[in-house]
Amino acid sequence: MIALLLRDLKLAFRAGSGFGLGLAFFLIVTVLVPFSVGPQSSLLSTIAPGVLWLGALLACLLSLDRLLALDWEDGSLDLLATAPLPLESVVTIKALAHWLTTGLPLVLAAPFLGVLLNLPVPGFSWLVISLLLGTPAMSVIGTFGAALTVGLKRGGLLLSLLVLPLYVPTLIFGAEVARRGATGMETQTPLLMLAGITAATVALLPFASAAVLRINLR
Amino acid sequence: MTIAAKANALWEYANPRKFLATSERVLPFFWIGAGLCLVVGLIWGFFFTPDDYKQGSTVKIIYLHVPAALMAINCWIMMLATSLVWLVRRHHVSALAARAAAPIGIVMTLIALATGAIWGQPMWGTWWAWDPRLTSFLILFLFYLGYVALWEAIEDPDTAADLTSVLCLVGSVFAFLSRYAVNFWNQGLHQGASVMRAGAITGTDTEEKVSNIYFYPLLLCIIGFVLLFIALVFYRTGTEIRARRTKALMARERVNG
Repeated sequence: MIALLLRDLKLAFRAGSGFGLGLAFFLIVTVLVPFSVGPQSSLLSTIAPGVLWLGALLACLLSLDRLLALDWEDGSLDLLATAPLPLESVVTIKALAHWLTTGLPLVLAAPFLGVLLNLPVPGFSWLVISLLLGTPAMSVIGTFGAALTVGLKRGGLLLSLLVLPLYVPTLIFGAEVARRGATGMETQTPLLMLAGITAATVALLPFASAAVLRINLR
Repeated sequence: MTIAAKANALWEYANPRKFLATSERVLPFFWIGAGLCLVVGLIWGFFFTPDDYKQGSTVKIIYLHVPAALMAINCWIMMLATSLVWLVRRHHVSALAARAAAPIGIVMTLIALATGAIWGQPMWGTWWAWDPRLTSFLILFLFYLGYVALWEAIEDPDTAADLTSVLCLVGSVFAFLSRYAVNFWNQGLHQGASVMRAGAITGTDTEEKVSNIYFYPLLLCIIGFVLLFIALVFYRTGTEIRARRTKALMARERVNG
């Protein structure tokens, strides 16, 4: 399992593009927002939590089609499926590798981009906490979407269409935590809901992803 | 007949031939029933009920809006049930019925959204509001789109049936979650359930209930929509079965040269 994780991480680092792509996209989206809505700092600080969450979500989405497609193309996915490791853990490791290479950098970059959007000071910690809790769910849900569309030639668009509705609850509760934190309201309810969604998806969705992958590898 | 025997009798319709024969025999009754209920219900509702004292004649859009919204949700539940049957018992008719129902669900969702917008413009002063019910319907619409797109994208029919079934199961959980997430996120404009409520039927609860003059034609329209939905699903499933059969025949012809 650890070997597989290290292999995926190595591939992500050495291939380069996959690693930086999400971050670059996140940066560009955040920088472009003030150009589209205007530079008033009061407006920016109101929308900052939502924009940062949306940017992170889209950046996450952007890297999903590479999650399993490369392994599918060179046949290593077939080898992994016949390996003694159960497919459920393969899928979980894949999601974990995706989170480490995409989700975690986004979480770390978010506070710096928050400065650009004039995020209120109490919002910073809540933004990081909510993203830290929410991005694993996004990686796991994304892995499910990638497993559904892995055999398709033009799966990219379909992948977004399938995954975006699944992201709705995570986005609502995550952005709500960041928004409430930024305006100084209590954050407990949405925070618990977000944590619940993440825990449930991490625990259950790998089984669905593995089932789907088995069908696709049949 | 015992319950077990009855349950066994239901599985007979997993045989496509038996399904086609029976559905074709009962289909005319469903068409006629749906047509009668809808024509009578809509004419009664549109022309022979008084205008509401506050909403004027716009209240009458209820005869399309409520049944369509009801069927949009029930259609997804039907797809969930047939997907489960396909995953557990591998009956092709079941998978094809789910496939046949999805576009009907899309149309029902669209009717509910469109009639709601047309009613909302004069009543709420806006075509669209990010109200929980409206938003959940929009999300449901996206789920339907993804489901149909996945069916269309995969060539092998059994793989497509498997993948869409799993998507339907996972999607149901997330659709349910979204419903509550959206409720939490915004308290809305849309009125609560007001057609059928336990208290409303027993008469203990008189506030905010659709009054009887509107209720009977509405009930007729709902029955009409249900019958129409059943007829459409039977009809479209029959078409899917025939399309599958044609494909098999053509493949056989190619092999035999």
